Formats: sequence, C-alpha cells, structure tokens
Amino acid sequence: MTTFAAPLAERPPAWNLPDRGRVGMACLIVAESAIFTIFVVAYLFYVGKSLSGPTPRDVLETPIFYTICLLSSSLTIHLAARFLERGESRTFLIWWLLTIVLGGLFMYGTGQEWYRLIYEHGLTISTNLFGTTYYSLVGLHASHVTAGLVMLCTVLVFGLAGRVGRSHSRRIDVLSLYWHFVDAVWVIVFTVVYVIGR
Amino acid sequence: MSSPATAIRQTEVLDQPWVETLHQWVTTVDHKRVGILYILYALVFLVIGGIEAVTIRIQLMSPHNDFVSPQVFNRMFTMHGTTMIFFVAMPILFGFGNYLVPLMIGARDMAFPRLNAFSFWLSALSGFLLYFSFLGGSGLYGAGSAPDMGWWAYAPLAARAFSPGSSADYWTIAVLVSGFGSIGTAVNLIATILCMRCPGMTLGRMPLLSWLYLTMSGLALIGITPLSAAQLMLLVDRYLGGHFFDTQAGGSATLWMHFFWIFGHPEVYILVIPAFAFISEIIPVFSRKPIFGYPVMVAATVCIAFVSMSVWAHHMFTIGMNSYANSFFAITTMAVGVPTGIKIFNWLGTMWGGRIQFKTPMLFSIAFLFQFLIAGLTGIIQAAVPFDWQLSLSYFVVAHFHYVIVGGILFALFAAFYYWYPKVTGRMLSERLGKLHFWLFVIGFHLCFDVMHIPGLLGMPRRIYTYEPGRGWDTLNLIVTIGAFIQGIAVLVFLWNLIVSCWKGAEAGNDPWDAWTLEWSVSSPPPAYNFASIPRVASRRPLWDRKHPEDPDSRYE
Repeated sequence: MTTFAAPLAERPPAWNLPDRGRVGMACLIVAESAIFTIFVVAYLFYVGKSLSGPTPRDVLETPIFYTICLLSSSLTIHLAARFLERGESRTFLIWWLLTIVLGGLFMYGTGQEWYRLIYEHGLTISTNLFGTTYYSLVGLHASHVTAGLVMLCTVLVFGLAGRVGRSHSRRIDVLSLYWHFVDAVWVIVFTVVYVIGR
Repeated sequence: MSSPATAIRQTEVLDQPWVETLHQWVTTVDHKRVGILYILYALVFLVIGGIEAVTIRIQLMSPHNDFVSPQVFNRMFTMHGTTMIFFVAMPILFGFGNYLVPLMIGARDMAFPRLNAFSFWLSALSGFLLYFSFLGGSGLYGAGSAPDMGWWAYAPLAARAFSPGSSADYWTIAVLVSGFGSIGTAVNLIATILCMRCPGMTLGRMPLLSWLYLTMSGLALIGITPLSAAQLMLLVDRYLGGHFFDTQAGGSATLWMHFFWIFGHPEVYILVIPAFAFISEIIPVFSRKPIFGYPVMVAATVCIAFVSMSVWAHHMFTIGMNSYANSFFAITTMAVGVPTGIKIFNWLGTMWGGRIQFKTPMLFSIAFLFQFLIAGLTGIIQAAVPFDWQLSLSYFVVAHFHYVIVGGILFALFAAFYYWYPKVTGRMLSERLGKLHFWLFVIGFHLCFDVMHIPGLLGMPRRIYTYEPGRGWDTLNLIVTIGAFIQGIAVLVFLWNLIVSCWKGAEAGNDPWDAWTLEWSVSSPPPAYNFASIPRVASRRPLWDRKHPEDPDSRYE
C-alpha cells in the first residue's frame, strides 16, 4: 500500500485534522447537555405543581457567594492552563489548587444548603414534587462537579509529583473544557431553580 | 492470505493454547475484534429475541390458545422488544461501524481504542443484567420474574405498585448502562471520523458509510441521552421515593411518554441510518456505477437527523394533545418522508442504466428498497391524526414498525453480512445458501408482516395474549405465525451459512467484489495494523483510481 495514483503535480497540501481529545470532549458535552435539558424541562414542568409544602419560595436561599466561587473557578482553571502552556509548572499548580479550593467551596455550599433543607425544613427527595425535581437537578450537577474535582485532584497529585509538564497542555485543555461546561450548566441551573422557579 | 506477514501471524495463533486466544479476545482494544465481538454478541441476542417472537406467534396462532400464560406472554413481548432494539440492533450496527469506519477512512484504529472496548463491555454487561432478571427479578417479593410492562415502561406500570420486585429495576439499569455504552461508541465514532482520516480524505471524499455513521452518532448523542435521563428519574422514583411519574403526588405519566419518545423516535433513525449506509455502499458496487447524487445523499441524511428530533409525539396522538401539537407533529412526520424519498430516488438513480449483478447482497438491497418504501408509506398514512386515532395500538402499527425494522434494517444488515463477510473472515459466504436464505426470508417476511396489517385494520389490538374466535382474525393470525416460522428457518440457514463458510467457503482474496473503497485494498482478514503505510486518496473511489490510472475519478472532482 503505497500512494494511490494521485495525479498531483505539486506537493500535496498539509493535512490538518482536529484534535481528537477536544472533539471527544465536545461530543461528551453535547450528550451531557441533552441529559441536563431533560432534567431542566422536568423541573420547569413541575414548578408550582407540588400538592404539599414546602415550596421553593418558603425555603430556598440564593447561594450567591458559592455561585461566585464556582464561576470564578472557570477563570482560575483557564489561567492555570495558560501557565502550563508556557511551561510555568509552579504557577500552574497554584492556580490549579485554587480551582480545586473554589470547586470544593461550592460543594461545601451545596452540602450546607441540603443540610438546612433536610433538617430545618424537612424537605427530602420524597417530600413533594419540588423536593424530587430540586434534589435531582442540583444533585445531577453536583455529581458532575464531584467528578470534575476527582479529575482535578488526580492532576494535582501528578503535578505535585512533578509529572505534569508542557507536553500535557492539550490534555489539560480538554479537562478544563469539561470544567467550563460544568460551570456553564450551573448558570442554567441557578437561573431555573433560584430565579424562575421561585 | 498472500502476504508472508499474515501467514506468520496465523501460525502463532494456531500454536498458542486456547486460553491465550480467549484472553486476547477479552482484553482486545483492536477495533476489528471489538466490532466482531459486538456482532457475535448481537447474533446471540438475535436468536434469543427470535425465540421470544416465535413464542408470541405460537400463542396467537389460534383463538383461546394457552401455549403460555398471560403473565409469560407479557414478559415475552417486553423482552422481545427490549432485546431486539437495545441488544440486537444497536450493538450489531455499532459492530459494523467499529469494524468498517477506520478501514474505510484509512485509519489504523478508532480514536479511543480503550473507550471502545469499555463501551462494548458495558453493552455486554447490560444484556446480561436484563436476562439475569429471569433468575433474580423476583427480588424479595416473590412477584414477577422478567419485566412485563412493555418496552416503553409507561407510568404507572413501571412504578413500585405495579411492578413489584426487582424486574423493572433490572430493565431500567440494563437500558441505562447500554445507553452509556452507546454514547461511548458514538463519541468514539465521531472523533474517529473527524480526526483520523488519512491524507486526502476530505469530508467530501469520505465513503457515504462514514458520513452516515457520523450523522447517526451525532443523533445518538442527543437521542439516547434523554432516555438515560428518564431512566435516572425512574430510578429516583423507584428507589428514593421520588414523584416524577407518580400521579398520586401531582406527577405526570404523560411526561414519561414524552421523554421516552423523544428518545424513541430518533432511535428509529439511529437504527435506519446505518442501514442506509450499507445500502449506499452495496448498490453502487453491484450496479457498477458510482453513487448517484453523493452531496444530496449527505444533505438528505443530515436533514433526516434534524427533522427526526421533532416528530416524537406522533407516537402519542391518542393521549389527547391539543390540535396545535397534533398538527405540528403530523406535519413534521410527513416532512421527514421527503429526504427519505430523495434517498430512495438516488439509489434507484444509481441502479438505473447500471450493469446490475444479482448477487446475494444486491438481492437483499433491492428487497430493502421495496420494503422500506412500503414501510415508509404506512408510516406516512399514520401521520394523519384521525387515521392514527383509529389504528394506534393496533396490529397495524405492529406490522408497520416491523416492516421498518425487519423489512428495512434487517434486510440491509443481511446484505451487509454477505458483502463484508469475505473481508472479515477471508472466505466467501455460500451463494447457494445465501439465495435460499434470501427467498425463504422474503416469503416468510411477506406472509408474516403483509398479512399482519389486516387484523390491525379489523381492530385487533396489540399486546393481547389471546382473542375470541369468529372476529375474522383467526386465519390471518395463523398465516402470520406460519410466516414467522419460515423467517425463523431462514435465519437458521443464515447462521449455518455463517458457520460453515468460515471453514469451507471459497477463498475471498483482497477484493472479491471489485469494489472501490479502502477496506478492499488490504488483505482479508486485514492485519492488526490495517494499513502497512497510511494511504493517500485523491477521490471518492480510491481503488478505482488505482485500478484505472488512465482514467481516475480524481480528474473529475
């Protein structure tokens, strides 16, 4: 199998194809978006249809601080990736650690909120339709944040061992694409649950 | 088996103990082996699902029959539907995609080989889970064994109160896990097609099969995931006491229907687009002409994928939607027939004026054209809402979608088996057994599914385990059952052909059909690395260019 009889006079043009990691992650994001869409539709469909309390208006408090934490972690992971691209591994690690701390803070905030809802207001997943849809949607997002944090921590461990360098820049980019997606989903979940849903 | 490298590999395989061979197959990440695993796995389930179908048909052969109990009958149609869609059609189509796409685009493997193997084993696990329900489905309640709620699992049938025990859980988790496997393979196929093409293989020069698999995978990403989401909700309902589909707490049973069919209708196109892909490769080769209207074929496929996402509620006309929704879904359903019609015209245009060779793959392809057309037409007439009100949930609908799935998809699959079997095994399938298989299957198919429309029109509902004599359904049902048996025999002939030809078939050589796509440029079976050196292509028919250097296609593109 050598070249096929291609009657090309000049040298063939350069052959550039998209990076498979980015394409794969983009596909995963499309698929995940469809899953979130269904949960968001279910949430909106059931807004105000609970037969008993508590209602969102009674018990929900807008988690502004933790939202700022999560959204700013998009910025920090972006900076981390850029520093890695330039080969500055130490600065990369600092920003990467900050990303994990911000993501962890967000998860702590979610835990706090759930604790308050369960123990102070008696709202569980089986209480009413609001409970079912709220815990499912927020929980689905939180599970994605958790998965992201596990991956971020794995990179951190390798980074502390000095095994993450400039050559891994493209893989780090793929991971940060996922993290941006998780943040973008939170914007939607936040709007649906804390703005429209009340 | 001409090159010395292959011969050496072959002796190595023969010398090693069988445990070693098994270990290699289980741990393989080679796209060809994963593809074969997918196909073998699907064939096993094809036999199981076929036995369930025959059980259903024996029970309905005559009025007041008591071959199986009503409970067993319900399990049979539930398991038949679930098995055939999720554990036969999906894996077999992904198997062909896995095997063919890298070879056709000049790549050495898929973009993510390990994800590929992982997706297959997820699918394998899910099939095992579903069938484990026969043993473990009773749970602690001593009720039910296999799931018996129909393959739609409509609320409230799937709720704890109506599906006690664990059978519905096995169904839910099996379908969820198989969905994850499908998403993994879809991601992989897209990444492979976009990122692994050999030099010169621009998107406009890809074989149509790659284009159609790209479209199908894109559709799978947004078509299968809604079902995964709905299954998660069902699990929340069943395990955590949620109320998504619990009408007692204000939940909606209709919402499940919407979620299920938002998956369910694109799924039909996820299954049929690969069938189109096989036909688009086979018809040109056996008509000795390049495909007619390549860009239009691509555009029509992408158009089908888009429109198919907005037709789902035509499965739900009888639930009482408002007239705007009814009109919208009736119009979109009729609209999806337009690009499909374009494709049929293009296949006919390819055959027109060609020197047609009536080999077995071509016979199945021609039968596909006729039957898929009829299946589409009975679909279009059901898009008319009042007509659907009359026929919904009747045997007319059962006949219609079996016409699509058996008359369309399965016929295309048989064509693909006869066409690519020489590449996979290095041996030709027996043409004599192939023709026997074809004619038996055509006769059985038409006896079964043509006739099945009539009891539907006469008012026979689907999913009934028996019926009263004297309604005019008796003889018709007997004929349908006879047709089912003939198809069963035909499938046995096919399986026999697959097994026997593996040892006794004629040597295939690299290119038995004088075809034009890259997979025929390598040995049969292809070496593990596919291409010794990555090919460079300059047209849509690279092998034509090589065989006819005096008049290559690249001169005209």
